[in-house]
Amino acid sequence: MIKTMELTKNFGESIVLKNITTTINKGEVVAVIGPSGSGKSTFLRCLNLLEDPSSGHIWLKDEEITSLKVNKLQVRKNIGMVFQHFHLFPHMTVLENVMYAPVKVKHMKKELAEKNAKELLARVGLIEKVEAYPNRLSGGQKQRVAIARALGMDPEIMLFDEPTSALDPEMVKEVLDVMKDLAQTGMTMIVVTHEMNFAKEVADKIIFMDEGKLMEEAEPQSFFKSPKTKRAKDFLAKVL
Amino acid sequence: MNLDFSQIVPSIPFILEGIGATLKFVSVSILFGLLLGTILALCKIGNKKWLKWPADIYTSIFRGTPLILQLMIIHYAVPQLFLYDIPVFLSAVLAFGLNSAAYVSEIIRAGIMAVDKGQVEAAEALGIPYRPMMANIILPQALKNILPAMMNEFITLTKESALVSTIGYMDLMRRAEIVGAQLYRNFEPLLFAGVIYWVMIFILTNIGSWVERRLRQSD
Repeated sequence: MIKTMELTKNFGESIVLKNITTTINKGEVVAVIGPSGSGKSTFLRCLNLLEDPSSGHIWLKDEEITSLKVNKLQVRKNIGMVFQHFHLFPHMTVLENVMYAPVKVKHMKKELAEKNAKELLARVGLIEKVEAYPNRLSGGQKQRVAIARALGMDPEIMLFDEPTSALDPEMVKEVLDVMKDLAQTGMTMIVVTHEMNFAKEVADKIIFMDEGKLMEEAEPQSFFKSPKTKRAKDFLAKVL
Repeated sequence: MNLDFSQIVPSIPFILEGIGATLKFVSVSILFGLLLGTILALCKIGNKKWLKWPADIYTSIFRGTPLILQLMIIHYAVPQLFLYDIPVFLSAVLAFGLNSAAYVSEIIRAGIMAVDKGQVEAAEALGIPYRPMMANIILPQALKNILPAMMNEFITLTKESALVSTIGYMDLMRRAEIVGAQLYRNFEPLLFAGVIYWVMIFILTNIGSWVERRLRQSD
């Protein structure tokens, strides 16, 4: 589904990502974990070209999206993204937030887009909030709207950049539940997260990163039971 | 105290005609400044260096020199180069419009920059192209930052418009001066003009607060 080869990103002198080579298959749920500043978010943001990789290649299905010819906007239509701080459009209602991109980008008919948006909002449990503005919602509700908004474009992959890190503890579960449901529908998901339980229970694969490098790539059971690298052992000792 | 307002009564219609003259060139200047300022602001926020540079230099020049100097150059100095006798109205509109554009462009630029960067990223991640992103997502949010500062700019421009009396444009200020010279009494006509300026600004300020209140309702 998505494949990276020698993916590298530097901001000026500092190298944030070093030669990341990995493959993520269709329907896989991948949890990207590691200490702060390890390059997890940058890796995720390279995948939908919010950051331009400095070198290396990314293929989405069979298309190389790091090639110069590629239209970034076209690529992003197929990749949904959920941010740590939601980034809902504050001047639009919940319904408008979800409908806007399908109508503007995919030229979907308004009636159809509204029907789809309402279905998605029902799926994330927010059908009663369609007319509300984002500032009337709790953090957990905002993030669920953000997930619905990303799903509105009917993407083939969903990227989650620390989706629960900005939430009050009691709201983490409602967002993770929506993500679990999504995983069960067979969506390909790449999740940068600090929620180790989520990684353990839901992920098919763990990517452990440190200092911009992909240190370890393994199934959750073996990774959490017997990490191979010392870095991963130290990290798990601290977070578990 | 030597003060006699009855003396200017016959000249009041003459002075009042200046309101129209002032409002006419102020509104044309505002529109001109708004249009050019918006274009300049878009040049500044884009990522094209060859657009950004000229816009920055333009702003630096027009903000960095006195308005009255710009007015004098346009009205007296430029005709020397092109042997074109420029009408006062055109000079006034050019000087105030060009000058205002520099300020307006900064107001708009700052208003757009103040919108959370995450909004651009969210729009980009959804594959929304630049134009609809600007028009439907960034500018509506920037408007709230822009409007108060913009009202301020319009108020300043309306007041500073009195400068055009120096090139002989028959605005409110100029007419008050003429009446003063004719009567050998300056206090009464100047005070009268001052009251009219104050009323105009008072109305403008109230329109501004009304618009701001309307905008805040969506919060």
